[in-house]
Amino acid sequence: MAKVKGAIVINIERCKGCEVCIDACPESVIAMNKNVNAKGYHFAMVTNENCTGCTNCAVVCPDGVITVYRVKVPTEV
Amino acid sequence: MKELRLMKGNEAIAEAAIRAGADGYFGYPITPQSEILEYLMVQKPYETTGMVVLQAESEVAAINMVYGGASCGKKCWTSSSSPGISLKQEGISYMAGAELPALIVNVVRGGPGLGTIQPSQSDYFQATKGGGHGDYRLLVLAPASVQEMADFVPLAFELAFKYRNPAMILTDGVIGQMMEKVELQEFVPRWTQEEINKISPWATTGKTRDRERNIITSLDLDSNKQERHVLSLERKYKAMEDNEVRFEKIQCDDAEYLLVAFGSSARICQKAVDLARAKGIKVGLLRPITLFPFPKIPLYKLAHQVKGMLTVEMNLGQMVEDVRLAVNGKVKVEHFGRYGGIIPNPEEVVNILETKIIGA
Amino acid sequence: MAEITREEIIKPENLVYKKTDLLVDRALSYCPGCGHGTVHRMLMEVIEEMDIQSQTIGIAPVGCSVLAYEFLDIDMQQAAHGRAPALATAIKRLMPEKYVFTYQGDGDLAAIGTAETIHACNRGENIVIIFINNGIYGMTGGQMAPTTLPGMKASTCPYGRDTQIMGNPLKITELVATLPGTCYVTRHSVHTPANVRKTKRAIRKAFELSYANKGVSFVEVVSNCNSGWKMTPVQSNKWMEENMFPYYPLGDIKVPTV
Repeated sequence: MAKVKGAIVINIERCKGCEVCIDACPESVIAMNKNVNAKGYHFAMVTNENCTGCTNCAVVCPDGVITVYRVKVPTEV
Repeated sequence: MKELRLMKGNEAIAEAAIRAGADGYFGYPITPQSEILEYLMVQKPYETTGMVVLQAESEVAAINMVYGGASCGKKCWTSSSSPGISLKQEGISYMAGAELPALIVNVVRGGPGLGTIQPSQSDYFQATKGGGHGDYRLLVLAPASVQEMADFVPLAFELAFKYRNPAMILTDGVIGQMMEKVELQEFVPRWTQEEINKISPWATTGKTRDRERNIITSLDLDSNKQERHVLSLERKYKAMEDNEVRFEKIQCDDAEYLLVAFGSSARICQKAVDLARAKGIKVGLLRPITLFPFPKIPLYKLAHQVKGMLTVEMNLGQMVEDVRLAVNGKVKVEHFGRYGGIIPNPEEVVNILETKIIGA
Repeated sequence: MAEITREEIIKPENLVYKKTDLLVDRALSYCPGCGHGTVHRMLMEVIEEMDIQSQTIGIAPVGCSVLAYEFLDIDMQQAAHGRAPALATAIKRLMPEKYVFTYQGDGDLAAIGTAETIHACNRGENIVIIFINNGIYGMTGGQMAPTTLPGMKASTCPYGRDTQIMGNPLKITELVATLPGTCYVTRHSVHTPANVRKTKRAIRKAFELSYANKGVSFVEVVSNCNSGWKMTPVQSNKWMEENMFPYYPLGDIKVPTV
């Protein structure tokens, strides 16, 4: 058995804070940072380690600011 | 040996374009120039030279097809007559802004509005002062014979590509419809893709890894950049004025009076010169061949020689303004015109010369 | 075994999704949450996957995507308002070995460019038309579009579109599907990951069909305009599902006959 672990990297300076990724994430990983970037937008941030690397957030992000990584982690018997 | 044929002016233009290696013609029917599209569809150059011929859904679409083709570095052209040329002004302005080479033929008919299908020269302002919106100029050639209709096609393409600017052949229903002997040039093959890449490296031909992407646009929202662009256009128009003025002087050496006329009016004036000289009046004729750039300097020089000038135009007095600007008050300049499709005759030209210029 | 760390996951060999390099590395000029960016990305992913960058010529319209050429790393032409299909017609006829697409909004394609759209479709030009329908003129500040829904507010119908006075929304996609020159006419959206993936498949199919000289492939994307609609991006996507989709239902309208 293996379980899938993912991680996302958000280009926070290009994020416009539209929040579409939050809706798209099945694991409720993403939230808005209360700080703003240089353009004055709140930006998306990772809030927990539940990411499975499904790429939904990156696919739906209008500005293409999310990069997704994924690994298979062997689970202990 | 060059091929001799008896042809209509409109047909000569179409044949000349095939022979000049044009890549695409996009047009829409309108009198008095529909023979151009008809001739092309009979000749089927798409089966011989490979030139695309398409009847568009409107003049607006046709000129924008020319825009699309010209953006690929192809030799594209369209033709129409006055009301249709008005519709094309949008695309012409965009092409001037995007610096695209192309040929536009205007076989002028009387206006304004639907006007008449008879010949006129009332689109002089539209052709030479821009025509559409914004600061721009077209290269404008005014043929006075069927031979020149044919000869000016390759010339217009040459100038258009030299300056990356649309060029216009401004003619009228007289020259478009009449038949004359014409000597046709040899067939020039269409440019290969390699030649296009070399001649027009700016063209959108598909971005390869060895170059940046090519973008054809007339838009720049940055005012400083837009101003620089307009100034670079101005330099180009100045270069045309320095290098491309073309005109014909007829019996000007000893002239005391000067007729100024282009296109079909110039042919009438040629006869008027003979009639006047038979009466002992020393008259010459200056025929601008390029209406933009306008032969300002030759006219200014002649202003120091002659006692008066008369422009003969089938309009209310359009080129006369450019002649007056050129002579800058040095001599009297008057205008004689006929309208609504009526062609002036040589006798009335001489009469007007005598009453408005010599007798005044 | 210890939990794998974030740093251990974020390694090149574990990369599963990143923005395609065929999108120029600069911030998009679109509003937050606007579907244009997503459609741009799907388009360029298709061009990358088909490896046709050097064979593709795109045409930008007048509207919010007037500057599309700033973001797409391919040769592009910018057209006068509504005229993109005329440009595409000439390009494809003069360079039949190329992939040619137009990218147009509803005002561009379904109002001022109606004639060019319908005649290019009717002639069966071998091009791809990507049609972004958000029911409003976004760039000029939210005026009524040919596709504005009945009752929907815009700056030139501030009390809502009254069809008695302002006429009806134009279902131009259904209209072009009736023309013999179109081979593939389909309607999608990019507001959820599943819809984005479907849109991408549709764009790819459209490119393939155009290259096979099957006629016009027409891909409509019903999209949001949260600025014009005066909603948040997430609200606008919900509003789009509830109001736009019933009028502009998603799915294939015409598929090529085998």
